[in-house]
Amino acid sequence: MSNRLFAVLAPAALLTGCAALNPPPKPAPAVHINEDPYPSTYVRYPGVPTVIRHATVFTGDGQQINDGTVIFADGVIQAIGSASLPSPAGSREIDGTGKFVTPGIIDIHSHLGDYPSPGVASLSDGNEATSPARPEVWAEHSVWPQDPGFSRALINGGVTTMQILPGSANLFGGRSVVVKNVPARTAQGMKFPAAPYGLKMACGENPKRVYGSKGSMPQTRMGNIAYAREVWIKAQAYKRKWDKYYAKGGDMPERDLAMDTLKGVLDGKILIQNHCYRADEMANMIDMSKEFGYRITAFHHAVEAYKIADLLAANDICAVMWADWYGFKMESYDAIKENIPLVHNAGACAIVHSDDPNYIQRLNQEASKALADGIRAGIPGLSEAVAWEWLSRNPAKALGILDKTGTLTPGKMADVVLWNGDPFSDYSRPEHVWVDGAEMYDINDPKKRPVSDFELGQPGEGDVK
Amino acid sequence: MIGRTIAALLLAAAAPSTAQTIAISGGTVALGDGSEPIQNGTVVIRDGKVVAAGGMQMKLPAGTQVVDATGKWVTPGIVAGFSRLGLADVDLSADGADDSTANGPFSAAIDASTAINPLHTTIAVNRADGVTRAIVAPQAGKSIFGGQGAVIDTGADMSPVTSSRRFQFVELGQTGADKAGGSRASAHVFFRNALREAAELRRYAPGVAATTGETPDERERPMVRNPNESRVYGPDARRSEDVLLTRFDAAALVPVLQGRQYLLVHVERASDILQVLGLKREFPSLKLVLVGASEGWTVADQIARSGVPVIASAVNDLPATFEQLAATQSNIGRMRAAGVDVSIGMIDDNDTRNLFMERQYAGNLVALQRVPGATGVTWGQALAMITSKPAQSIGMGGEIGSLAPGRRADLVIWSGDPLEGSSAAEQVYIDGVRQPLETHQTRLLERYRYLPRRDLPEAYRH
Repeated sequence: MSNRLFAVLAPAALLTGCAALNPPPKPAPAVHINEDPYPSTYVRYPGVPTVIRHATVFTGDGQQINDGTVIFADGVIQAIGSASLPSPAGSREIDGTGKFVTPGIIDIHSHLGDYPSPGVASLSDGNEATSPARPEVWAEHSVWPQDPGFSRALINGGVTTMQILPGSANLFGGRSVVVKNVPARTAQGMKFPAAPYGLKMACGENPKRVYGSKGSMPQTRMGNIAYAREVWIKAQAYKRKWDKYYAKGGDMPERDLAMDTLKGVLDGKILIQNHCYRADEMANMIDMSKEFGYRITAFHHAVEAYKIADLLAANDICAVMWADWYGFKMESYDAIKENIPLVHNAGACAIVHSDDPNYIQRLNQEASKALADGIRAGIPGLSEAVAWEWLSRNPAKALGILDKTGTLTPGKMADVVLWNGDPFSDYSRPEHVWVDGAEMYDINDPKKRPVSDFELGQPGEGDVK
Repeated sequence: MIGRTIAALLLAAAAPSTAQTIAISGGTVALGDGSEPIQNGTVVIRDGKVVAAGGMQMKLPAGTQVVDATGKWVTPGIVAGFSRLGLADVDLSADGADDSTANGPFSAAIDASTAINPLHTTIAVNRADGVTRAIVAPQAGKSIFGGQGAVIDTGADMSPVTSSRRFQFVELGQTGADKAGGSRASAHVFFRNALREAAELRRYAPGVAATTGETPDERERPMVRNPNESRVYGPDARRSEDVLLTRFDAAALVPVLQGRQYLLVHVERASDILQVLGLKREFPSLKLVLVGASEGWTVADQIARSGVPVIASAVNDLPATFEQLAATQSNIGRMRAAGVDVSIGMIDDNDTRNLFMERQYAGNLVALQRVPGATGVTWGQALAMITSKPAQSIGMGGEIGSLAPGRRADLVIWSGDPLEGSSAAEQVYIDGVRQPLETHQTRLLERYRYLPRRDLPEAYRH
């Protein structure tokens, strides 16, 4: 046996010996693939140094300043504080008496542009419902920048930043894109500079309904989980291959767009934005994330978050919620109006979202209802200033852009709304909206109101909306 | 807080009989008739009816139960202007929980009141938020005609129907076009043919003028027994052979043709609105109500001249379809300013469940008064648009929707201004009966208010 083995090995050793005379070429160094092939071309528009005085200011991180002053210039917040702050030379002074200043609202869950108005089949670009796993699709390639909905969100809603997500037909819906609510000719022109990508995942009814009705997997919740786990197993193998390549070079592994996205998640570069209504399903998703070594940033439409608010807090996962939507499907049957304040009270990160081109225009009112319901339920520590965290700070955190926007902090982007009254009232509206310090809306100036290409020459063009 | 709750419960327990006179005093009272709110007002109810309301002083009979509403607001209950409340508990993929659209062989004959389930969670949730009545329309299934709609109350009892077969509902815009095979022109032909078929059967119905002689005997000749009935009785109700509708459906349109039953027509586009107004020339007896009318403001003068009331969506401002290109939140304000009789409904907007949002939407129309170029409405007008105005649009203003003497005693005591979404309904009365405000949702709150583990699972907290 051993002889025979030797006989077989001997020539190999000889060969090796020969090779040693001519050392093998070093593997070619790894070529890093471009992770940003559709880069942001957004450039902030010019603004004038602006000082708002005598306003009530919600800073976005829980503070309220009465008779406050907000100063911004060169696209960024310069200072916030009391009435005694001096104005920079040549700045525009706005009297904010009786008015309120807040950070621009950030809607972490929007389909503007990928399910635009008018809602016709030819513009329906939100769900690539051809396979339960489509992490290779990118929402930005569906975003139609001429969606008239963007302008309504700006002028009526005071929304300055949005995450546009693929729909929830798929377990893996594709990459999201974060955009500035500034009109542009291209999606790249709206893209929030240096914002991380998100990956839309979905649990529950939608994937099993969409694929179950086609007679294919998944048609059950257990099918949802099994399918997703299989995909993550492939993603882990893909990541191992590329990690090895990047470490040692050699032949570049074959690229797979879908796996690129999942590898981005496993690398911690792409944030998981997980559509998930029910408490038990959120728990399953948390375990899945631990099984495969990734983090869930936020559960969206988390109507049962209040049932596991402790679990969400322990895992540092945000819950993205409506104030009072309920019952439109079985997984929303247990919605309660105190969901948002209960999640906040548990120390978890609570976020108000729209998922809707109409509700995005009234997110401040949604927060107002949730706040009032929370106070009535006796939840301590709630105030309007605290509730504004649900509208700007927390969504910024869950989008990985809190260092850039989401609070009125010196040095951050001047994404600012001046409301003509308390934004927690149904009677208040944005009066001015600035994005990066550029005035994009002025309630008194019809020319400071965006009109999409689609609306030009149509009935109602340029009207108040 | 707890003490007050107990006191309130005791008060409720002390008022089992509707014969009791109840005076709600000290609150800010809004009558729902378009007038502005009255400070320190009083509302007196007895026998399920409003006796008096306003800033008056009146001598209360001995034994009157007085409810202190100091610091509160008191208004008529909200009347959901257009809804499918009570027809569905869950909208999507929940077998047996959705009766809102019938796809069977019948259309105009369908009677929504037979499908109302007063125990749906949707009714409790809206009751707990101050919605006391709702105009309920069946959704169009295979035909342009959805069927006959009802007015319901949201009371916690098994008699939800205030008025059945109150109106017929028809789609004559984009949805109507889809139902009729793909074009509006086809929908209009279908509509006219349906009224022709009804006209054939009209001879079996009693005349519109009050009958003077004895009622004809159905054994001798076929008849429509009740003008709001959808059946032709008798053995010999002959029709021509050139028909598309079942006899039930055609007969159901007889009261529409006679002007005994309202016809709610859903259209959004300006040109569709004008087409519908034109039907009055052809069928002068029709009692039309426009539903939707997103582009109504562009033809507001014509609508005003026609006298046709409108139930519109309050805050639609997107060109969501090609029939809503001119949509703006100023639609209602501009129509009202032009003299149109307009109220608020939930058209294609969570209409089976989120009727409680109408008061928030009404508040948003008030907000428009401070937006240059927009047309808003006053607070009193806004409240009327979610109380008396929708009731009036279908001829029930004398019964519900305001706090005038003799009206049904549907009223709400609110924690604050009801047009602020942040305010809550604290007491709700329907027909003078204090209503429970517990819901599936409030029970879940109690169960999960505190999460730490206890001696038994959550399922034992009830």
